[in-house]
Amino acid sequence: MGNIVSLAADNLISPIILAFVLGFVAALARSDLTIPEAFAKAMSIYLLFAIGFKGGAGVAAHGIDATLVGTLVAATALSFALPFIAFALLGALTKLPLLDRAAVAAHYGSISIVTFVAATSVLESEGIVAEGYMVAAAAVMEAPAILSALWLVARKGSKSGSVDSELYREILLNGSIVLLVGSFVIGTVTGEEGLASIAPFIVDPFQGVLCLFLLDMGLVAGRGLLGSRGDLGAGAIGFGMIMPLVGAAMGLLAALLVGLSTGGAALLITLSASASYIAVPAAMRVALPEARPSIYLTLSLGVTFPFNLAVGIPIYIAVAEAVIGSN
Amino acid sequence: MDMHLAKRVEVIIESPLERRLTDAIEATGITGYTVMPVHGGSGRSGRWTRDGQISPGRGMVAVICVIRPDRLDALLEAAFDVVEPHIGVVSITDAHVLRAERF
Repeated sequence: MGNIVSLAADNLISPIILAFVLGFVAALARSDLTIPEAFAKAMSIYLLFAIGFKGGAGVAAHGIDATLVGTLVAATALSFALPFIAFALLGALTKLPLLDRAAVAAHYGSISIVTFVAATSVLESEGIVAEGYMVAAAAVMEAPAILSALWLVARKGSKSGSVDSELYREILLNGSIVLLVGSFVIGTVTGEEGLASIAPFIVDPFQGVLCLFLLDMGLVAGRGLLGSRGDLGAGAIGFGMIMPLVGAAMGLLAALLVGLSTGGAALLITLSASASYIAVPAAMRVALPEARPSIYLTLSLGVTFPFNLAVGIPIYIAVAEAVIGSN
Repeated sequence: MDMHLAKRVEVIIESPLERRLTDAIEATGITGYTVMPVHGGSGRSGRWTRDGQISPGRGMVAVICVIRPDRLDALLEAAFDVVEPHIGVVSITDAHVLRAERF
């Protein structure tokens, strides 16, 4: 318990959290502070490339072990399974219509790469090493949840949720997946030598870029919350904080089955607890246009993302340390 | 200067649908259109702005076509199939063009 409090306290006064809080408060105070879209996208590309490359270089340095395949299988299974739990939990906690529930469920089965990056950053500051291939686990968890959610809709007999080959292509070749997997492969091929050659670009400025990016996320999350007042009831907001803990428990179980290290387990737990706000919203706009972005995006970005950032990540790391042990 | 009657069709649509809409327009034989980013706005789903957004799911684009009047029905049918279930606005205005053979 003491470890959780200590980690949470350190986390709450870290520059990345405070940058997020600054953006969030500025948005709620209706400040005109904005980050241009092109700059926000450039930062997102930078972070994805850096995290993918570093993960690949980590795999090149430490080699591929037997848990790699198990981790990828477990991550895929989690992404397929979590929407069913989220869908049922939403049914118990809210009166949201079917399509909204399915769209929200898709978001909670997929992952937030920024939450993953923030957890990686906290692990590094705590000196906890994670398997480099957790980046690949993040990539494989992006898409399956979308298919589960669309299956849920089809099973209920709704006319929405049809998936054509174009949508499959967009889901599987989503820009963030391509960049993450591509940079991971480059990092694996070029190894530590490759990482050293571009370290002044992708290692040293990383924390600073992450701060600015989280400032932007705070602005977007705060403005989303302001704009959706009245759409989210207490049950939905409760779901946004309960579902991450349910996902985290599933992630811990999978990490134990696969045999991940403390750092790897903390990251798989974080991935399972996080909710998408990049890849899934775009897919939902195409496949389930009647589902309301003011519900699924606000829950994902305005409730669960801040919850994970401020409270969730310290809990997930502390639980991984308590269950698997410090290593 | 000779001017010729034309129709200017503007479709404001969610950016994930852009490719589908332009493919549908091209399928009618119309190859000329312009895609422009939309900065922000407000509608039945509330206010939104492009600022700070990183998800392609949150943007809108304007697809603008200037065509001969006799091609209007085919274009609208194709566009409507894509736009109908989604957030968006379709508007048509009369326009004049200088080089009719290009439309």
